[in-house]
Amino acid sequence: MKPTDPAITWIEEPKLGIAGKMYLPLFLQGLAVTTRHLFSPKVTVSFPEARPEIGNPLIYRGVHRLNKDAEGRVKCVACFLCATACPAHCIDIVGVESPWPDREKYPESFSIDELRCIFCGMCEEACPVDAIELTSFFDLTGRSREEMIFDKEKLLSVYDQTKDSEPMKSQEFGGTL
Amino acid sequence: MFDNLLPLVAAVIVPLVKIAILIGALMTAAAYLVLLERWIAAWVQDRLGPNRVGPLGLLQPLADGLKFIFKEEYTPAHVDKFLFILAPIVILTAALAIFAVIPFGSVLPPLGLEAYGVKDPIRLIVAPGVDVGLVYVFALSSVAVYGVILGAWASNSKYSFLGGLRSSAQLIAYEIPLGLGILGVVLYSGSLDLEHIISAQATSGVWNVFTQPLGFVVFMVASFAESARLPFDLPECEQELIGGYHTEYAGMKLLLFLIAEFLHMVVAAFLIVILFFGGWHLWGVTGSGDEVNWFQAIARIAVLVAKIMAAIVFFMMVRWSWPRFRFDQLMSLAWKVMLPLGLLNLAAVAVISETMQSAESPTSPWIVAGWGWAVLLVGWIGAALAAPLHDDNRPRQNTREFDVEEEIASGVKP
Repeated sequence: MKPTDPAITWIEEPKLGIAGKMYLPLFLQGLAVTTRHLFSPKVTVSFPEARPEIGNPLIYRGVHRLNKDAEGRVKCVACFLCATACPAHCIDIVGVESPWPDREKYPESFSIDELRCIFCGMCEEACPVDAIELTSFFDLTGRSREEMIFDKEKLLSVYDQTKDSEPMKSQEFGGTL
Repeated sequence: MFDNLLPLVAAVIVPLVKIAILIGALMTAAAYLVLLERWIAAWVQDRLGPNRVGPLGLLQPLADGLKFIFKEEYTPAHVDKFLFILAPIVILTAALAIFAVIPFGSVLPPLGLEAYGVKDPIRLIVAPGVDVGLVYVFALSSVAVYGVILGAWASNSKYSFLGGLRSSAQLIAYEIPLGLGILGVVLYSGSLDLEHIISAQATSGVWNVFTQPLGFVVFMVASFAESARLPFDLPECEQELIGGYHTEYAGMKLLLFLIAEFLHMVVAAFLIVILFFGGWHLWGVTGSGDEVNWFQAIARIAVLVAKIMAAIVFFMMVRWSWPRFRFDQLMSLAWKVMLPLGLLNLAAVAVISETMQSAESPTSPWIVAGWGWAVLLVGWIGAALAAPLHDDNRPRQNTREFDVEEEIASGVKP
């Protein structure tokens, strides 16, 4: 690209006035900013004692849960759309014939490797029955890699823990329960 | 039979006690200044800062020190071992030795030691009455820069080398404005002895910052550069030079460098306070003479420490207020702005004190101060109008028009 290229817009810097050349106003301005921040409220929290505020749990992407329907059954229909959408390939589903008349399949096992997961939320978007959702739990820990592969029971128990504090998003967004 | 020896013993013990107090206080202060620096850095950036070790994080310096002690004392194979080990020792020794002539208070009333030959009030300075105190300070602070250059050269690494080069160039550029800033004070108070400079300000009640503000500005900018603090921390800038001259150092040797660095800042704060802000003097609280009661003696120490802490906090705030100068900007600031301003201040102080401080009818110091501020205004506006720092080296539309084909056709090799 040449300097004369019409795509380049050349801008002249505005000339500094006498106040700008004297440095002092700019210096005081900088010092005022730092002094203001010295006393302003802090954004970090002392984590284990104080917990950070999660702005909107509905759009926060933390640990997954598997939702249950009104009869307490897992909502998942083992359609594999989440596993297909997952860019990290962390979802492993074994689908078998459903014992219930209202659906053809259900997941015999459903496991998510939380260490592989990148918490992008694509599984949540892909799910046609709103079965998999991301909660606002963020401090998940484990002592081994195996422990961090969450199976169906674990994911359903996350639902039991969070169903009161975080209602199903489908309700919030006017979807089917 | 030992009566004759007692004054001698006292003359040895008193300075030793002073040295012990001073070194203990300085080392503790350096450790806690690191904590203060980290706190201020955190608070300015809206963070909480170190708060885990001990109550409020107050034991953090202990953890920092332990970390340095337990780190591997790694010496790279490609260094000049002798100079590599010598450099941190030189820099810390020089930084500590400076404090010999710096008063850390005024005087203490005699402690009831008259029987042992201590008759005069005890002066809170390791070496009292050094007539060339300021010269000594600047000689040693220049030696400290040798520590930096030695360490950089011995490291045999490009980053360190660049840091050392910058440090030496910065030293030359800033010694002169620094000296000019001091010369005004020395001329005005007529002594190189720091104690005398303080007592001159205390007696008249007018601090030097009021009578020669221009000298103060020049001295302060130069002392930022001298102690290699932002915005002039070019010898060690972490972002460009990975720590500059101490890139290759680890463990205790690095700790010595870092302590020395903080001590330089403390020295700069001491000098700013002593030369320009009246040292231990505060109107109506501390008195001004050598005859003190206990309240005044302690108030003087407290006032001095408070002023120095304020200066240090200012140093740390400036660090987060201003970006680092580019090296050519630093050079032109030193040579084109600070040097002329320092000369102007020196000339003005010489003229003012010659014309106004005649022995029979001395002018009020406040009138001298008025002239000082006029000089500051003139000098500052003059520097702003001349604007030597505003050289714009950004590319421009018509600076270089070239066409590769044309140039090849006309025989210029691409």
